[in-house]
Formats: sequence, structure tokens, C-alpha cells
Amino acid sequence: MIPASFDYQVANDVAHAIQLLASSGGEGKVLAGGQSLIPLMKFRLAQPGFLVDINRVSGLSAIRENGELRIGALIREADLEANPIVRQRYPIIADTAAVVADPLVRNLATLGGNLAHADPANDHPATMLALRATVVVQGPNGERVIPIDEFFVDTFTTALASDEILIQIRIPKPAARSGGAYLKLERKVGDFAIAGVAAAVTLDERGWISAASIGLTNVGPTAIRAQRAEKLLFGQSADDKTLAAAGAAAAAESQPVSDLRGPADYKRDMVRVLTQRALRKAIARATGGA
Amino acid sequence: MAVQTAPATSAGQKLRKIKVLVNGAAHEVEVEPRTLLVHFLRENLGMTGTHIGCDTTNCGACTVLLNGRPVKSCTLFAVQADQASVATVEGLEKDGKLHPVQEGFHQEHGLQCGFCTPGMMMTAAALITANADPSELEIRQAISGNLCRCTGYVNIVKSIQYAARTQRETAGGKAQDGR
Repeated sequence: MIPASFDYQVANDVAHAIQLLASSGGEGKVLAGGQSLIPLMKFRLAQPGFLVDINRVSGLSAIRENGELRIGALIREADLEANPIVRQRYPIIADTAAVVADPLVRNLATLGGNLAHADPANDHPATMLALRATVVVQGPNGERVIPIDEFFVDTFTTALASDEILIQIRIPKPAARSGGAYLKLERKVGDFAIAGVAAAVTLDERGWISAASIGLTNVGPTAIRAQRAEKLLFGQSADDKTLAAAGAAAAAESQPVSDLRGPADYKRDMVRVLTQRALRKAIARATGGA
Repeated sequence: MAVQTAPATSAGQKLRKIKVLVNGAAHEVEVEPRTLLVHFLRENLGMTGTHIGCDTTNCGACTVLLNGRPVKSCTLFAVQADQASVATVEGLEKDGKLHPVQEGFHQEHGLQCGFCTPGMMMTAAALITANADPSELEIRQAISGNLCRCTGYVNIVKSIQYAARTQRETAGGKAQDGR
């Protein structure tokens, strides 16, 4: 399959990319890893008239931890998963990168693209919701820092303007006794999630839950937070009864639709199960376990 | 250096000149921006070893190495490979000697219909370059983006194990010769 014709420019730096986008009259699309955009173009579901290739922009794929974690939006999934800071300190992000599509796709696909594409089936959005991330976007008028809760507007729609580029993802420094995990149920490697759950927790000195956040993949028009489940967990001991209640609440909050990956009832029940398992793993990590 | 020109298109699209190092040889070709890398290899360069399977980023039959990393060449524009190094199945054999991965697929019956084989071998070659002694699990994970519709995975895994072993033995032999 051959995409519709388009004009193509390589951006030398972020300012150049923004200038190219701004001059395209809304026709321009950013080409990063291309692993969602190019298939869409081949199916002609997307026919942008102009592509701005940001793959040669340097300095957009660094990972730095200085208080908060700052990840360049152009980092490839394979590099994100292999990064020692991510593996040791933010294993929930490594969990997530490891289940995006397949290893070949992960050699090109980027974290920024996974977020900016805003497919509710993408995996990083739920994890970034759970981690209370912010994203940094740059446009003609400079930088904006957008809380992740305000970033996903609708299916395939974000708060990004057509001449803005997502350049960085920031994760707040985790408090002591914090842990997170991402679990994805998929029919086979490379498929989108039937359902996915990202859970991040912080425990107090007694081992009770002092903070919890939960993001859900592919059970809504965007990745969504399970806020009622989060509230149920707050101030509770991390026992099976609490986790079961949180799982039931997250299932009730999820908004799956029946499709080729299963009926809505089944998906809702998978949210219930995965929420408990993700919480259990997050709690184990918060207490120094695997 | 071969200089080839893509046929002008009916749409009258602007062609762009790119220079790609394919299996060590530089090729300067004018392509439309929408030309996929796999079409560039097969149609512009006539290198049909790289297969088009699903054409939807699922099957991995079109896997090539882009600057050493296995990627799906149906999901990358040729213009993105400008100034890059691309390795295809045609480059595995060197001086009439099969690559350890080719030898492995031959010895262990790693192919049935053979359609997935070029992509499988490129993924395998990248794996044993990065990891000289991969476990069975690591091999299975590495090829999880390459589908074999004959479902001949058992022998594909054996072939890659054979290749890794051969590569280690060759490297060990060389080290001994050097002493």
C-alpha cells in the first residue's frame, strides 16, 4: 500500500520544526517514529499534505533525573526499556515500554509519539496518568507545561496545537516507599491491549496506602484514570480486601466497548483482575520487592 | 557508485535525492518522499530478497537493519534512510561463505515456505551481534515481531541457537589463532 503524496522536510532543530509546521497552514504532521502514522497513511486514513521529520533533531531523546525525571519525547521504546535509570527507579515505565507493539516496532517507535497519537489503546498514556506526569510542548510562543490529566482530550486528540511539538515528559520524584507497575492483557505480542492497568502507590511507615493512582488502557475514549478506585485505596491497609474493592471500582469506572477483542463485560472484568494484580505488584515494589 | 533515477510519477511529485549505504555499497537515488524503504530496495535497487508480507506493520517479513537495528522496512520512508546504513539479507553472505545465521537455517531446517526467512534472519543476525549467547526465551522474544505462517518456530529457534554457537566457536577459534 502506498500513501498519498506529501511534501517532506527534515527539521534541523525544534525551532525549525515549529516554523515548518506553522508555515504549513495546518497541513503539517510531525514524523517521529512513524509506527502509527505511516500505517495510517498507507491505509489512507491519514493523508497529511506535509510531513516534518524530527528524527534528525538532536537532544530530544535524553533521560535525566535531577529531582524529577525528564525524558526526551523522541526516545525510542527500545532505549527507554533498556535505560538503567528507568529500569532501577521507574520500573513501571520499563513494564510499559516492553509491551508496546513488538521488538521491531520498538526500535523506531517513540514515547512522545505514543502519547501525542492519543490512541486509547496506546500503553504509555495510562502509565503517565498513574505517574502524574506533565508534558512539555513547544510552539511559536514558547513552551507550555501541560498536566497529563489535561493532555488527552478525546480519541486521537490532544491539547497540542497544530504548530506545537511534544518535546519532553516529566515525572515527579517518587516519595519514599513508592512503587508502580503496568500490566497489559493482549491476545498476542504486537496486539493492542484487551485492557491494561497502570498502578502507582505510596505507602506510609505502617505500610498503609498514602497515595494511589490508576490509569486504564483501551477501556474508554482516551486512557482514563480510575479515580473512585484511587479514593477507596487512600488511607487503607494494603490488604486483599482493599485491593478487591479497588478492582471492582476500577471495573465500574471503565468504559469498554464490545469489539473483536471481546465483549464489554469481559473487558470490564479483566480491568477488575488486572487492577488488583497491578496494585499488588506496585505494593511489592514499594516495599523493595520485585 | 550506482546512480539510478526513479521513474517520474503521474502525480508529478517532487523527487528527492537520497544516498543510502546498502550492504556497504552507496546508492544515490531520486525517490518520492512517500516511497517506502522496502519499495526502494525492491524496485529502485532491484534487491528482492527483502519480502513484503502483510504490508501492515505486523509480520516482519520486510525486516532490515537500519544502522544495525532491525526495523520493518514497510513502515519507514526511504527518505528517512538518507545517509544511513541498511543491511539486507543479500548482504549476509560474505565472500561465498554463508553467515552463521544462514548456515543455522540450512542445518536446522529453519525454513519451510521461506517467505518469513529473510526477515527472521535479519532479526537473528542483529540478536547474535548484540547477545552472543541468547537463551531460548531471549530468542523467542527477539523474533516476536516476525511471524512464520508455517508456524515453524521450533526449528527457527534451533537455527538461531546453531548460529549463535557457530559464531561463538568461530570467535573463540580466532582468539586462539591470535595468541
